[in-house]
This record gives sequence, structure tokens and C-alpha cells, in this order.
Amino acid sequence: MRTVYLDNNATTMVSREVLDEMLPFFHDRYGNPSSMHSFGGRVARELSDARHKVASLLGADPEEIIFTSCGTESDNTAIMSSLLVKPGKTHIVTSRVEHPAIKVLCEHLAQKGYRVTMVGVDSDGRLDMDEYEASLTPDTAIASIMWANNETGVIFPVEEAARLARDRGIVFHTDAVQIVGKIPIDMKGNAVDMLSLSGHKLHAPKGIGVLYVRKGTKFSPFLIGGHQEKGRRGGTENVAGIVGLGKACELAAASMEKENTYVRALRDRLENSLLAAIPQSRVNGVRDERLPNTTNISFEFVEGESILLLMDQHGICASSGSACTSGSLQPSHVLRAMGVPYTMAHGSIRFSLSVYNTEEDIDLVIRELPPIIDKLRVLSPYWATERGACTTV
Amino acid sequence: MWEYTDKVREHFLNPKNAGEIEDPDGVAEVGSIACGDALKLSFKLDENKRIADAKFKTFGCASAIASASALTEIIKGKTIEEAMKITNQDIADYLGGLPQEKMHCSVLGQEALEKAIDNYRGVSHKKPEEEIVCACFGVTDGEIERAIRQNHLTSVEEVTYYTKAGGGCGNCHDKIQAILDRVLAAKRSEKEPEERPRLSNIQKIRMIEETIEREIRPSLQHDGGDIDLIDVIGNRVLVATRGACATCQASQITLKSFVEWKLKEFVSPDLVVEEVAK
Ligand code: FES
Repeated sequence: MRTVYLDNNATTMVSREVLDEMLPFFHDRYGNPSSMHSFGGRVARELSDARHKVASLLGADPEEIIFTSCGTESDNTAIMSSLLVKPGKTHIVTSRVEHPAIKVLCEHLAQKGYRVTMVGVDSDGRLDMDEYEASLTPDTAIASIMWANNETGVIFPVEEAARLARDRGIVFHTDAVQIVGKIPIDMKGNAVDMLSLSGHKLHAPKGIGVLYVRKGTKFSPFLIGGHQEKGRRGGTENVAGIVGLGKACELAAASMEKENTYVRALRDRLENSLLAAIPQSRVNGVRDERLPNTTNISFEFVEGESILLLMDQHGICASSGSACTSGSLQPSHVLRAMGVPYTMAHGSIRFSLSVYNTEEDIDLVIRELPPIIDKLRVLSPYWATERGACTTV
Repeated sequence: MWEYTDKVREHFLNPKNAGEIEDPDGVAEVGSIACGDALKLSFKLDENKRIADAKFKTFGCASAIASASALTEIIKGKTIEEAMKITNQDIADYLGGLPQEKMHCSVLGQEALEKAIDNYRGVSHKKPEEEIVCACFGVTDGEIERAIRQNHLTSVEEVTYYTKAGGGCGNCHDKIQAILDRVLAAKRSEKEPEERPRLSNIQKIRMIEETIEREIRPSLQHDGGDIDLIDVIGNRVLVATRGACATCQASQITLKSFVEWKLKEFVSPDLVVEEVAK
């Protein structure tokens, strides 16, 4: 059975070009870039190349790039560093819809005595900018707002948020894991002080991430050890991962256009066809200010895990914000923050595409999903009573 | 991804007895869409008062659908009396087991069955004396207590797996823990008489000595006190306290609540402790 992979916000395939670029660094060119001999030294040159490629995708300086092990490490480093360099300040501003790498860390810090403000979103998943601005205080050590939401794809006005923070002398960090490689970013033209990205969301492997730190930003390392990354992150470099990420960034820059035309068109066709074919379905999140690859659709009166498992029978991979799949007993914190009604939240499915998806992939979902929803609705005790209401379709 | 058994997958992919019985003898609806799963069960009896047909409708995950399908298969052909004995564990067993986190799906099945039988008998299912403990999922103290007893649960986490109580905001965790403490303590004293053979006097004295040595003396000494066993007469344990304990104003409390509690727990629930001068 063919796999139709529509879960690229969870992780992506390492592209062939990236893999080819990485392979020599496992067996043939395994030197340590810190070594004095030229066998290691030649590897250091490759690291510097990769650093340039990452910097160029972000419009940043190569020295502003710190390689880490993942997005979570980058996020944790940014927050902890900002608190450490400003020991007198005890307030953190973030949003209610962050990735757990920020959300759970902030909850943890709240228990340790920090004050955390989690700014809300409206029913379309848009950040409440008035609440955000009002929450910035002289005691605020850091504001951390994700650039694009992983579940809905909604893009936040992060550049504006960063400017508001800078005006008040507050350090601004953004978790840009979902947006890097999909939307152009120019760090020269914005006021963001720190930015996290993760390799495996843009066709590089798992285990490699980046924290961008703007020149002049006070910084305190998270991993303390060797002089690697100019003493800002100890630990022997993940050479193959870094080289792979460099290549992936180069490819992302080249395919950005395709992401916003081809992928967007596939996504729109998928979304519109499903909404037309399946009554009582709706999109979660504002439709125009969104990543081009993401759609989050709720199918009322059915439950997400059941949908996923039935789609799995056809090789279709997606994810859900339902309680049963989140491992907790409540639907995703993002959908709850948006106030999505329970009848809808439990039946939410996120499709996230990549440049490797094809028209056939989309055709398959459009063909297979409507009967799956039908089958589950026939089983659902709520459907029969509601059915009379939707005779239009 | 959950590890489901083949049986669960089979009942999920091809559910048995989906639908609703027209003009049923018993019918009930449990759960809610807000909580993430709901089940409507209906059944009809034949002339011999056996369940001739049963049908379900479920909103929920794969294991909820499979549990409901299994439930209808299990009860078909049974009398009401037989059906009343079915527990959530029977449903889970029928499916070759459920992931622990999904046991609440089987509990929902048992609840639906009970309510449907109540409905058939014309008794109301209202239990006014029960109190909602978990506001997030609307779970009562009675439901929690029963899940603990039936499934031998010992932690808040397990209670959440079986009843969902505690799986939301977490505000009710202390209350759940209190119910656990109460039920487990009660279960221990209910069980002991049958589990423990009658002790001979020698055995009893030896166990009391051991318990004092192992469980009681170290903590008293920690606070600068000590305890001596003077005599055992029937179930009366005579002890003398020394050091900090002997002069301590609160020594009554130390003896009653601590020594006696330990001896009851480790030796016999019938023991009473008395302090004597040495
Ligand atoms: S009251 Fe029980 S989890 Fe919220």
C-alpha cells in the first residue's frame, strides 16, 4: 500500500539531496572539527559552510547561528538564558497556544515562582495583540511568541510583537519551527532577538536545531562544556546533522516559491473538496493568514482517533487534536484556547503537506475520507438527531 | 499510537450490532460529547426473558467503539440477572485487553448496561447522595469508589485511566487521593480477618515485637524517645514509653495514633495499645 504522508508539521522526510550530503560524515570524514589535524580541520570548513547557508535562509549573520540538538533545546535555551541574564526580572509573556517546548517550560517556571502571562487567541486562532501589549511590563524578562501555530498553521504578527517588546527593552524570542522554509524571513529587517528552528521540519534529519541569537543580545549558555559554538553551546558538533541542515536550508530557499504556489494549491484543493463533500465540517483557524501547507478541519460528531485509524487503513497519515490522540483526556490546548466547541474539537484532523506531495495524494484523501466520516457518523448517537438539520447537502 | 489487540481492531473496523433497537425493553445513554465519548445501548428480551438483541451507538475513539461492540456481543443470550454481573473487566477481557489509558471505555460500557437494565426495571438511576468529585468530567465519588474496588486501583493516575476523573484541570486530584486512602484503608480491614489465620499468642507477641523494632522504634528514636513492650493480654498491648515520649504532652497521641495504627496494620486490626508505668 502506498503511504500518503500528510503529517509534515510532525516531521518530514529527509530529502535525498540532504541525505547524500550527510553520508560521507559518518564513515569517511568522521573527524572532529575541533582537532588540530587537517583530517578534522577540513570538517570544520564544512560546518562553516552550513552555518552560512542557514544564516542566509534567515537573512542573518553566520555568527548569530548556534547549532543545538532540537527545537525544544533552542526554546529552552532562549527562555532560560533571558531569565539568567536579568536576574531581577520575574515575568514571562507567552501565548496560550505555544508548543509544549515553551508551554510546559513556562508552567514549570510558574511553579518555581515566575509570573507567566499567557496571551489568548480569538476564535480564528489570531493572537490578541491588545492583550499582548498590555501584558508587557517593566518586570518582563522575555516575551516568547510562536511565529506560526503547528496545529492550525495560523501566522502571528511576530514582527510587530517584537517591535513592541524592543520599545520597552524586553528581549523577544520566537519559536519559528513551523514557518522557517515556508515563508521568507529576514532577520535584518525585524526586531526579533532570538529564534528557534528545527531541522526535521524542513527535510533535514531529527536531532539538529538552531537558536538564532541577535548580535548584542546578552546570552547565557544552557549546555556548558567545551568551546564549541563560541562557548555558547558545549558538546561536540553533530557534524552530519549540521551539514544536512545547511543543505536543507539551501533547498528550502529554492523551493519557497513552490511552497507558496504548488503546495498552497494542493492544500486549498484538499480543503475545499472536503468541506464541499462532508456536511458539518469547518476549518479551524483564519484561512488567509496561514502557512501554505496546513489545514485543520473539524468533522462534527465524530472522534479524531477513529478517523485517523480508518484513514490509516488506506495509508493516509495525518494527526488530530482530539483528546484520545493527545494522550490526555481533553482536546488540544490550541483548539480549547480558540473556544472550538467540543462537538467539533474532538473531530479535528490536521493535514500538513510538503513539496513532495502529489495531486494523486490529494485525490486519494478526497475519495476515501467522506465515506469514513459517513461510517463513523452512522455509529454516532449524536448524528441521527442532528441529521434533519442538514438536508441541504 | 496505541497498541490495540487484533480483537479491538476487528471490532472497531467491523463493529457488531451497531444501531438502535426500535421499541426496546431497555435503553440508556451515558457519557457526553464534551467528555469525548458517549454510548447509547438498547436491548430487547425474548419470551424467556433473555436478551434477544442488543445494539449500540458510540461517539468515541477506536477502543470506545470496540468496547460497545463487545458489550452487545457479550450480553446477547443472557438473562438480566446474568447481565448484571458483567463488569468492565469482562469487556476488556473479551477484547484481549485494552491499553490502561483506555480502560474508561470499558467502564462506560458497564455503566450503559446498568442504566439500561435500570431502565428496563423502571427504577431510576439517580443516586442523590453521590457528589460530583471531578467537575471536568462529571464523575461522582460513588463512581470513583466503585472503579477503585472493582479494578483494585491504587493511584490517582489509575483512577483517571478508568474513570477519566482527574484528566482535565487536575483540581480534583486531592479529593481523588482522599477517596483512594479511605477505600484502601477500608479494603484492608475488610480483608484481614479472612486473609490472616488466627494468630497463636506466641506468634502474636513475636509479630508485635518485630513491628515495634522495624516500624515504630526507629521513628520514636528519631525524635529522641523510645518504647518498651511490657506485656500482651489478649488484644491489649501494654507498653511503656521513655525519653522524649514519656514526658511529652502529646504522648497519648503518639501512642494512640501511631503505635496502634502500625500494630493494627502489621499484626492485627483488633489490637489496642495501653500505656503502663514501667
Ligand atoms: S475537576 Fe477533575 S480534572 Fe478538573
